[in-house]
Amino acid sequence: MKRIGVYVCHCGGNISEVVDVKEVASFAEKLPDVVMVKDYTTMCSEVGQKMVADDIKEHKLDRVVIAACSPQFQGVTFMRTVENADLSPYVLEMANIREQCAWPHYDFPKDATKKAKDLTNMAVAKARLDESLKKIMMPIGKRVLIIGGGIAGIQASLDLGDAGFEVYLVEKEPSIGGKMKQLSRTFPTEDCASCILSPKMADVPMNPNIHLYTYTEIKNIEGFLGNYEVTIEKKPTYVDPAKCTCCDKCVDVCPVVVPNEHDQGLTSRRAIYLPNSIAVPHSYVLDDEACLGLFPLACSKCRDVCEPGAIDYDLYPEEKKFTVDTIIVSTGYEIFDATQKAVYGFGKYENVITALDLERMIVYAAEGNPLKNLGERIAFIQCVGSRDEQVGNEYCSRICCMYATKLASLLKHPHPERDIYVFYTDLRAYGKGFEEYYKRAQNSGIKFIRGRVAEVFEDSRTKKLTLKVEDTLTRQIIESEFDTVVLSVGLRPNGGTEKIADMLKLAKSPDGFLQEAHPKFRPVDTLKDGIFLAGAVQGPKDIPDTVAQASAASARATRLMNQGEYALDPVMAFVHEDRCDPAKCGSACIEGCPLGAISVNGVAKLNEAVCKGCGSCIASCPADALDLHVYTNAQLLSEVESVMQDKKKDETRFLIFADDTTAYRLSDNVGTAKMSYSVNSRIVRVPSCGRITPKLMLQSFKAGADGILFGESEEKSSPFPHVISTINSNIAKVKETLKQKKVEEERIRFVQFVTVMLVGFVNNVNDLADFIKKAGPIPDKERKALI
Amino acid sequence: MREKVVITSKNVEFLDKVSEMSGQPITRCDQCGVCSGSCPMVDEMDITPSQMMRKVQLGQEEVLGTRAMWLCASCFTCTVRCPRGLDLSKVAEALRQITLRKAVDHIDIRKIPDHEMKKLPQIALISSFRKFTG
Repeated sequence: MKRIGVYVCHCGGNISEVVDVKEVASFAEKLPDVVMVKDYTTMCSEVGQKMVADDIKEHKLDRVVIAACSPQFQGVTFMRTVENADLSPYVLEMANIREQCAWPHYDFPKDATKKAKDLTNMAVAKARLDESLKKIMMPIGKRVLIIGGGIAGIQASLDLGDAGFEVYLVEKEPSIGGKMKQLSRTFPTEDCASCILSPKMADVPMNPNIHLYTYTEIKNIEGFLGNYEVTIEKKPTYVDPAKCTCCDKCVDVCPVVVPNEHDQGLTSRRAIYLPNSIAVPHSYVLDDEACLGLFPLACSKCRDVCEPGAIDYDLYPEEKKFTVDTIIVSTGYEIFDATQKAVYGFGKYENVITALDLERMIVYAAEGNPLKNLGERIAFIQCVGSRDEQVGNEYCSRICCMYATKLASLLKHPHPERDIYVFYTDLRAYGKGFEEYYKRAQNSGIKFIRGRVAEVFEDSRTKKLTLKVEDTLTRQIIESEFDTVVLSVGLRPNGGTEKIADMLKLAKSPDGFLQEAHPKFRPVDTLKDGIFLAGAVQGPKDIPDTVAQASAASARATRLMNQGEYALDPVMAFVHEDRCDPAKCGSACIEGCPLGAISVNGVAKLNEAVCKGCGSCIASCPADALDLHVYTNAQLLSEVESVMQDKKKDETRFLIFADDTTAYRLSDNVGTAKMSYSVNSRIVRVPSCGRITPKLMLQSFKAGADGILFGESEEKSSPFPHVISTINSNIAKVKETLKQKKVEEERIRFVQFVTVMLVGFVNNVNDLADFIKKAGPIPDKERKALI
Repeated sequence: MREKVVITSKNVEFLDKVSEMSGQPITRCDQCGVCSGSCPMVDEMDITPSQMMRKVQLGQEEVLGTRAMWLCASCFTCTVRCPRGLDLSKVAEALRQITLRKAVDHIDIRKIPDHEMKKLPQIALISSFRKFTG
């Protein structure tokens, strides 16, 4: 026997002026297990809350139902009230008789009162089956893995290392510093990139809290927040950094010459080399792929000349395992492969170069050691590989307008006689100081021409290049000759990002970069707890934005790790082990959870740290062994049955399953706006519509529903984007059954909402209501035959 | 003298008509000009292909009086290069169709002398009907 207390709130007239609260209260008194009913003017006031707390003690209540406003509004308040009275916060239920009765149906007080009674009945039915759940506390330590040692990874490592966290920084190249260490100067201030970067790079190995692993790749990551098990593989550099004095003698004797990646292949290096002049760790590396051979040893010249004896050929890749609590992914980007844009002739014409090539050329030229004569006439082509459906990249790479302006300025300053043109589609100088910088470039005589270049031709004799482009502002076709053409290439997600995303099951945006949990309020979180994004891995961005994001990711990681433990909402799947038989179904549930929270070991097991509580796995179990706490099968069925209980024979009534994130909030917004919709609707709150199994849909029809509307978040604003396909497949199954049993398929509808679609919500509800009105209630015979 | 352009709802009608006939979301053109730079016939045209798109966007029906759409050889160079994935040759064809449907012939088949008629390839005859009509 349960002891349920029901409280009906007047909401200072908001409810009681429409809904007959006394009638609702006397209706509640007759419900089974209800031992006490009160109505009060403002339940959420201190007096109202104290009343609940006192009654729990005095009348030994073990379940509380409050018929008042939306649980989205005061749910947390009353949960706290109940918790303070030593009950589980999960034995509180609310009947939403303000946003769903008094406000939208204010013109129909009788119907509003009837609906309020139904909703109270529904809340009591759910409360009766509520479990006394507790928040689950999980331990969390202070270790963080940072993947990628570019400026984002460096900033995050220093922030967290300084704050006393144990940082594991993993970089696949032999030196940290990422793309920024290749740059000449930075816009809009034109300060030397390596000069501002190198002190930061040097700080990394100096920090006692940072374990730096360069020349290292992630082999595997498994686990969850507070317990990610990481396996890394460190490639041997064959040179002991502790002994190497950087005397350069090994380089002098090495017979192998290969292109130097740091200079985009514009210069060459030996098989043994210093990755770059500001390399951290500052030590030579033996590239075993370029080396004449180590096993068996083909040449040992470098070892022979090495006076400190730093070189050892008998080294092998080392595997290492460690555990971390959180992860920051900062794997960066790669530049667009300009050979894909064949009309510009990159790779075919020697004077067509990429902007990153030019960065290196400017560095060398500034040192008085130019790599190439760029000539007098130089053209920049913007948006190469960006904003171009022909290469599959719809997005703007954000940095190219400004880096082209910078490179053009850096070419112009030392040689004002140079004739420099920038051909652009739109010039986007959006950042702080950018517009002013653009204006300075215009002042210096650089010409900006609005038009996307159509093609580039080379004079095979002089190697000069002719551009063909429309000046879209004068509508004239320009065909002019240049000495050098610079392609302002866009940014792409790199192979490392792909690999890490697959390993960690991180979602990607349509552009291929990794997706943040919420575009506005959770810009550095992922949907996986404890995994954060920093820098261009999330989308193209410049250095200040990258650094800001890295610090933001550090703060978000700190927020979790500083607590020592974290609370999990108990809304998560569980297994009725007595019904589970993996041999029979072939462990269908493993596929049923795209997050990988389910494993099978004799019976299905839920990993509570991974489960998000969407409930979309439940339909995958043919034996009904999967279930969801707080929204159990039994609870939902009893909610549906109770809300249909007093339905008369010729009456029509339909259900709206509304997801907690969007549709339920939207229905509240519609109520708040006092927009009217069909009074025959009954809204049932669910974590996601993927929770509603085909069986439950058919049971709902059997219980009396004449239609079902599913309201779910749009994929991009959903915390569980994967449920959309589950919902569609569940609905398809039920539609098939309806078809066989000669019941109209249109009785089931599925709409993806955003919380501002007020009119859309009303229209969709009324459309279904109209359809049901025309079609009439499902005849009893068909209804019974459904399940 | 500068001509003033007034944009009314009638302009939208023309845009909608061309969009529907061509199946191209013409408002998506962002006027980068890659079509004009790529067009092998652009030197002969009175307005450039991107200008043709602009005029349709603004619903300026006088675009029907220009030569550009008739000079379009449907070589598809613009189409394969358009960064917004638009098929300009379909837009040019829609503009030609609008004119053709007015059924004003500039060539009178009866006035072609017999000896010429014998020599003329059929395909030339058909294309000249298409190109010189309107």
